[in-house]
Amino acid sequence: MYKYDNYDQEMVDTRVAEFRDQTRRRLEGKMTEDQFKPLRLQNGLYLQLHAYMLRVAVPYGTLNSTQMHALADIADKYDRGYGHFTTRQNIQYNWIKLEEAPDLLADLAKVEMHAIQTSGNCIRNISSDQYAGAAADELVDPRPYAELLRQWSSFHPEFLHLPRKFKICVIASDTDRAAMRLHDIGIQIVKNDAGEIGCAFYVGGGMGRTPMIAPLIREFVPLDQLITYSEACLRVYNRYGRRDNKYKARIKILVHEMGKDEYARQVEEEFAHLLEQGIEPPLAELERIKTYFQDPEFKTGLTDKADRSDENFARWVDSNCMPHKTPGYVAVTISLKPVGGIPGDASTEQMHVMADLAKEYSFDECRVTHAQNIVLPHVEIGRLNELYGKLAEAGLATANIDHIGDIIACPGLDYCSLANARSIPVAQKISQRFAENGKGETLGQLKLKISGCINACGHHHAGHIGILGVDKKGTENYQLLLGGSEAEDTSLAKITGPGFDEAGIVDAVEKAADVYLAQREDGERFLDTYRRIGMDPFKEALYA
Amino acid sequence: MKILTGNDLLTGLVTWWDGQGWSPHVDDAVDVGDEAETILAREEAARRVNASYAIEATRDEAGKVRPAHIKDRVRALGPTVRPDLTLKPAEPEALNWVI
Amino acid sequence: MPDNLGTSPNEVQFRFREDEVVDHPAVTVDSFLDQSNAAAVRIEPGDDTRELLPHLGRIKLVEVNFPGFMDGRGYSAARVLREAGYEGEIRAVGEVLIDQLAIMRRCGFDAFAPADMLDETDAERAFGLWDNVYQKTTDGRAPIWQKRHG
Repeated sequence: MYKYDNYDQEMVDTRVAEFRDQTRRRLEGKMTEDQFKPLRLQNGLYLQLHAYMLRVAVPYGTLNSTQMHALADIADKYDRGYGHFTTRQNIQYNWIKLEEAPDLLADLAKVEMHAIQTSGNCIRNISSDQYAGAAADELVDPRPYAELLRQWSSFHPEFLHLPRKFKICVIASDTDRAAMRLHDIGIQIVKNDAGEIGCAFYVGGGMGRTPMIAPLIREFVPLDQLITYSEACLRVYNRYGRRDNKYKARIKILVHEMGKDEYARQVEEEFAHLLEQGIEPPLAELERIKTYFQDPEFKTGLTDKADRSDENFARWVDSNCMPHKTPGYVAVTISLKPVGGIPGDASTEQMHVMADLAKEYSFDECRVTHAQNIVLPHVEIGRLNELYGKLAEAGLATANIDHIGDIIACPGLDYCSLANARSIPVAQKISQRFAENGKGETLGQLKLKISGCINACGHHHAGHIGILGVDKKGTENYQLLLGGSEAEDTSLAKITGPGFDEAGIVDAVEKAADVYLAQREDGERFLDTYRRIGMDPFKEALYA
Repeated sequence: MKILTGNDLLTGLVTWWDGQGWSPHVDDAVDVGDEAETILAREEAARRVNASYAIEATRDEAGKVRPAHIKDRVRALGPTVRPDLTLKPAEPEALNWVI
Repeated sequence: MPDNLGTSPNEVQFRFREDEVVDHPAVTVDSFLDQSNAAAVRIEPGDDTRELLPHLGRIKLVEVNFPGFMDGRGYSAARVLREAGYEGEIRAVGEVLIDQLAIMRRCGFDAFAPADMLDETDAERAFGLWDNVYQKTTDGRAPIWQKRHG
């Protein structure tokens, strides 16, 4: 994985010094909170319900064991012994003190990490496929392109005061595991008819209060124009994105109101102009970055069979292991969704365990997924039994990836100052319900996603089943949505009808699941059945 | 009654205006009547509180203060999904108070 | 809109130019396009900077106004001017704060007339904080990728 050189290290160190000075000026009264807030946000520091919250960037979701250990140490030293992995492949801490935040950032910098631009109206952490470099179906490893974009977008002087936040995702396979088309810019690395590698640009997707699927803006941008084209996309947005209404300020609204063809035309005009400005790093820079993403030294002649005699182990393999491009290996997903647990939370001890296992079993690498789990990308099939045993000991062997218990949930009203309703207790009750009634496994792939407010951090629009928490005259109420998908068959979920209280929403999810079980045809997932039979049968069951 | 709340500037922890200063306990909150704006402006300027605002609340006969909105009740207690991290880790029934 | 709305030279707190401070009342973009003798123009966030490009030869000063520091359109405005070859003064006016100074420099601003005077020591630190940069702009600084590859 990528290693900082002296320049990269100097940039994050300088950033720590800058934030230390900004914090000093705030505490000395030289800055108002209104002036300080955007600065702390661009260093990942929010003020939430109970305390400051710090969001640490995990660029394209990739971590080594030293970094994972450091994240665990930070949870102990500056927080209350745990962290929360997020839907943008980052980690956040809930109990941070402003006065200690500069020291925390300095600790992060020691392991080549930072919290730069994890919030605020700027280009955020670049997300990617959690199986990058491991997936059998990828064209190339997308991460070097993401790293190139990371450096370009970090401290970009023109784009630190955008109309709104800006999220970029890079993938390199037709299977979308990163919700690419639900980003402000989604980039798919593709091969053109001439066999050259380049980038397809999808612009103007997003969830939030006005969910939209990004349209294709340009089919092919040559690799040596990637940064220039991105800059053109951003400049058109910075100049014309709406600033009169924060709810209409995302690029999806601009692309929608302007029309994708007109937006694309303006980008082309800006692009032609910028091509003459020489702002593109040479391909040699991309090549330099690529050297850090070469395959580890995979062994050959490995067994492709694990001992499946233990039923629990076999079930775990079937749900948590993903085919690898190299024979004898799999990518293992560690579920952070134990039955009744808090989705995405990991304790200090669990982080240390995952770091150790990444070192021992996966060439010192792990990944954070947008579904709030952790991946060990390169594990020998022959060592799976051993790994499973160690995960089980740490309470990390839940076998439920992409099943109904593998719920994405935002922090909700338990932590978040924007939330209208709690998300986590609903997730806990649903995972318990389906563990108790035994239907969880029978249901197969069923992606359930819960947001505690319309901002949709819990991706409810993209859930096969989505739940949106709202405030109904001072009490928590939950709307049910069906039919969303964040994958290559991207679709937006639709509301079933009137909302439910907390107990009611758990029952409603079970009723919806029962409709599927009764009506499914061979090989159909919940989503397929919904698409075939439509909303009506579900409504009948829910509101009869 | 009208009470004042915010977060401590340095630690970010939830605080309630008790008439003299800021307390972590909602039951210490006092009715500020129509003084809210004056007190908040002064306290913000002195950097003794951050992100402060006034809310409606009631006080029962036992002196317990209950903020009108669930969000402020969550703030007053702590995350309901981590009773161990709330202000009342030994009183699981406190969670019912939030709802 | 009053025609004469520019800042005066004594309001300029920081300047990175050797030539004499332009003391010419700046007019709005619309007024500028209507009259042939104006040499100073003020760009508001909603103005289209590109309309000025045919007239760069007679412009000595462009003021870019930041009515609020969170509105970042002025950064693009300055870059568009520099990329088109404009070499005159670009003055940031309005809500210009310490932590915006360095990035404004990078986008082509070379004079600063903040509505509220800034602390000189803090400003000096801000201007000199970043020894290196990741992006190429027209400010003449070699980006990190250029240093890496000679």
